[in-house]
Amino acid sequence: MKIAVCIKRVPDMETRFKIAASGKAVDETGLKYDMSDFDGYAVETALQLNEKQGPGETVVISLGPDVVQEQLRKALSMGADRAVQLKADRVPVDGLAIARALAAELEGGGYDLILFGRQAVDSANATVGPMTAELLDLPCATAVSTLDIANGRATARRELEGAAEIVEFPLPAIVTVDEGMPRARYPSLKGIMAAKKKPLEVKPAQLGEERLTLEKMELPPERAAGRIVGEGPGAVPDLVRLLHTEAKVL
Amino acid sequence: MANTFAMAESRGGALRRVAIEAVSAARALADASGGGEVHALLAGAPGVAALAPELGKYGADVVIVVEHPALANANSEVLAATAAGRIRSGGYRAALFSASAQGRDLAPRVAAKLGVGMAADVTSFELAGDALVVRHPAYAGKVIATLRLTGTPAILTLRPGARAAVEQAKAARVESAPPAVDPATSRVVVKEMIAGGGAKLDIGDAPVIVSGGRGLKSAENFKLVEDLAAAFGNAAVGATRAVTDDGWRPHSDQIGQTGRQVSPDLYVACGISGAIQHIAGMRNSRTIVAINKDKDAPIFKVADYGIVGDVLEVLPVLTAAVKQARSQG
Amino acid sequence: MQDFFDIDSALSEEERAVRESVRQFVDERVIPVIGDCYVEGRFPREIIPGLAELGVFGANLPEEYGCAGLNNVAYGLIMQELERGDSGIRSFASVQGALVMYPIFAFGSEEQKKHYLPKMASGEIIGCFGLTEPDFGSNPSGMITMAKEQSDGSWVLNGAKMWITNGSQANVAVVWAKTNGDKSDKSIRGFVVPTNTKGFSAKDQKGKLSLRASDTSELVMQDVHLPATALLPKSGGLKSPLMCLTQARYGISWGVIGAAMACYEEALAYSTSRVMFDKPIGGFQIQQQRLAIMLTEIVKAQLVSLHLGRLKDLGTFTPQQVSFAKRNNCDIATDVAREARRLLGANGILAEYASMRHMANLESVYTYEGTHDIHTLILGQAVTGLSAFN
Repeated sequence: MKIAVCIKRVPDMETRFKIAASGKAVDETGLKYDMSDFDGYAVETALQLNEKQGPGETVVISLGPDVVQEQLRKALSMGADRAVQLKADRVPVDGLAIARALAAELEGGGYDLILFGRQAVDSANATVGPMTAELLDLPCATAVSTLDIANGRATARRELEGAAEIVEFPLPAIVTVDEGMPRARYPSLKGIMAAKKKPLEVKPAQLGEERLTLEKMELPPERAAGRIVGEGPGAVPDLVRLLHTEAKVL
Repeated sequence: MANTFAMAESRGGALRRVAIEAVSAARALADASGGGEVHALLAGAPGVAALAPELGKYGADVVIVVEHPALANANSEVLAATAAGRIRSGGYRAALFSASAQGRDLAPRVAAKLGVGMAADVTSFELAGDALVVRHPAYAGKVIATLRLTGTPAILTLRPGARAAVEQAKAARVESAPPAVDPATSRVVVKEMIAGGGAKLDIGDAPVIVSGGRGLKSAENFKLVEDLAAAFGNAAVGATRAVTDDGWRPHSDQIGQTGRQVSPDLYVACGISGAIQHIAGMRNSRTIVAINKDKDAPIFKVADYGIVGDVLEVLPVLTAAVKQARSQG
Repeated sequence: MQDFFDIDSALSEEERAVRESVRQFVDERVIPVIGDCYVEGRFPREIIPGLAELGVFGANLPEEYGCAGLNNVAYGLIMQELERGDSGIRSFASVQGALVMYPIFAFGSEEQKKHYLPKMASGEIIGCFGLTEPDFGSNPSGMITMAKEQSDGSWVLNGAKMWITNGSQANVAVVWAKTNGDKSDKSIRGFVVPTNTKGFSAKDQKGKLSLRASDTSELVMQDVHLPATALLPKSGGLKSPLMCLTQARYGISWGVIGAAMACYEEALAYSTSRVMFDKPIGGFQIQQQRLAIMLTEIVKAQLVSLHLGRLKDLGTFTPQQVSFAKRNNCDIATDVAREARRLLGANGILAEYASMRHMANLESVYTYEGTHDIHTLILGQAVTGLSAFN
């Protein structure tokens, strides 16, 4: 199958973030970056589908400045065949602008399947996948935790709150992947060396108008410091009392 | 003075709480923008119109009811076309959806159809001239982003539970409307709905969540977590990514950066060390209790109350104490 | 660990990607289990397929033999990341790559290379390196293991080896033996011995307080019959095993940096969260001095190994330079581990903290592959021209 995977470069969420002087971004000093978690699952899904179902092509696409090539190369190291950077000096917060740029690239690409992560772990919007599907008029299933493909049709499980749906749809289609899909493999060292020789194209991103803009970023208020009530089962009576009298949740 | 649109999500013939949140938020927005009407879109199998009065209680002036047998299950293709059609023709100032799983599936499609921007998963919104300024937690909940959305209609998805629904009775005049496209043409078809295990309370709705991590040592020991949840009476059971990865609990129970984000009144973290991945999912809980045998575990930094001890020993005692407290209260 | 001296700017993107990949593997697959493995005294064999898939074995050997074909700096970074996990893990990889795959690559026939190397890269065949003997450690030229050539070209091997990493688990042993009764080290040849050959046995040495997450074995060879094809044809003299040791020592000079980094990171994190006398202990002068010294020595060691790696890639490096790096880096790493252990206070003696495990492991690393003292004499001879070995 010809599969496209759209990936985003995000900072390591383990970081204790600080706000940059501009007040409109996180301070980038010392930040480590990787592919967003779900995007990694999406790349892995594509690779496994093509490994199981015979020869195909996995193309990874990322929008942003040249640094995103690092994540594209990681995907190539994992086994993707080709990469495309849609070059923009920053990633807009307006998902529709991103979707427009992606749709322009994906249109006419002959893809059987286009994968996204359910949401980027930094911006956490979950908009670009379904928007791109709409712009390309493709069937779309979001928040998929299992995906089976046979004879040009897909069956997927979508996670809802306290329930799940099994859906079926024809290819070509767009799927956004969630927990339950396979974790990203470690790029093998051979893969890292092979990635250097794989094609990575840079094209300008056609974003169009942006209607959602970032005004500021701030740290949430700190939680008031808590306390250790005691040790072992003996602390239970005190805890229950505090939950009742102080926190008033019991 | 423009009207505000709200998507009223239902499932299995019942309104979901997020539907009421969306209508109530639309009411607040309408009132703040000079008092237009709130029009709620309610779709489902025939008979769903019976839910309209409930929406009226929370401020819906009009309930656009779209009934069709094929809409017994949510159908984003039909709903997106229908909602976009109504929003486009209705000249709404804003259209509010929930950032529930279905809402996150639906709203972006509507925005793309209408060629307008949208702000996702917002915890608050306010009018600022001809723009809407919203707040949205990002970066695993460690940063609050303030965003400005221009253009009309402004499409928002609201974080479930971020804004309490407020009663404000309105007429809820029912208008019937057909689906904008024939459901038979839908490409994505729901083959099966799987309910989440009987009477189990969903973690997104539960006022109390009792969550377990690796400190429980084995899948069997999760019974202790379930017992405590049962003792509370209104609690759901959550899990960390570590234990869902190991298959002790289903992925849908996972609370964290790549799982569910929850904000219950009370969150009890049992045998959970407090990795950032997990904290990202529960840091907005009103009260956090942690039980862990390592007093330096990061979970104690976010907990309001902590017990340092072996969760396998503490839980049975806590369960008994909670049962007793509740029977006395 | 913060890249205090921006050494990353001297690494290529591929080298950093290699480091990242191995680091992730170690963080996810090694670190969660290694403390228990160390206490139990077992090597986590279950990670061998994962390590193989990553391409860690013989990573600097050519792609045509199924290896990753990485440069020597990337190879060093792999060793660094493995040893950040545990010296036992890195020892496994050092043996497999530098002491088993390398001699087959350097001294083997094309058939031997084609037969063994791809399967060793994939972890299907595990090897060990038999040089050290119970009575001949620092002085391998005195070895008594002897191979006698038979009239049909086959060999009969007799002897014993000791302190052999991977010995009890290995499918093959690269055994170094003198030949045909000639007691001079010029007669030393290398043999690839399948460990299931009659007369070959391997037994784990018990009672170790160091490198516990590693198999350390005695090998006994009693009339082990080997076909002619078991001989590594291009091997000859003490130089052959020493060349292998040079390869391993190079990797070790990087590996120990990883152990030191792990200890430093642990100490630093502890110092900023452990409060005593109303402030984090990292705010007290003595702890800051510890941390400053650790940081300084780690950075210096990194620069030594990095430059050495570049020289190795150019083909201009010398074994004495490798001795320099192994000696210095093992020495500072043992100090860093010990100081980290001390900074951790009482908690530092617990297995749930890494420093004391690293500290104990590094004593073995200080001693094996040429003790610190031996490398001191190698440097002494290199600069004075005078041998102080006997």
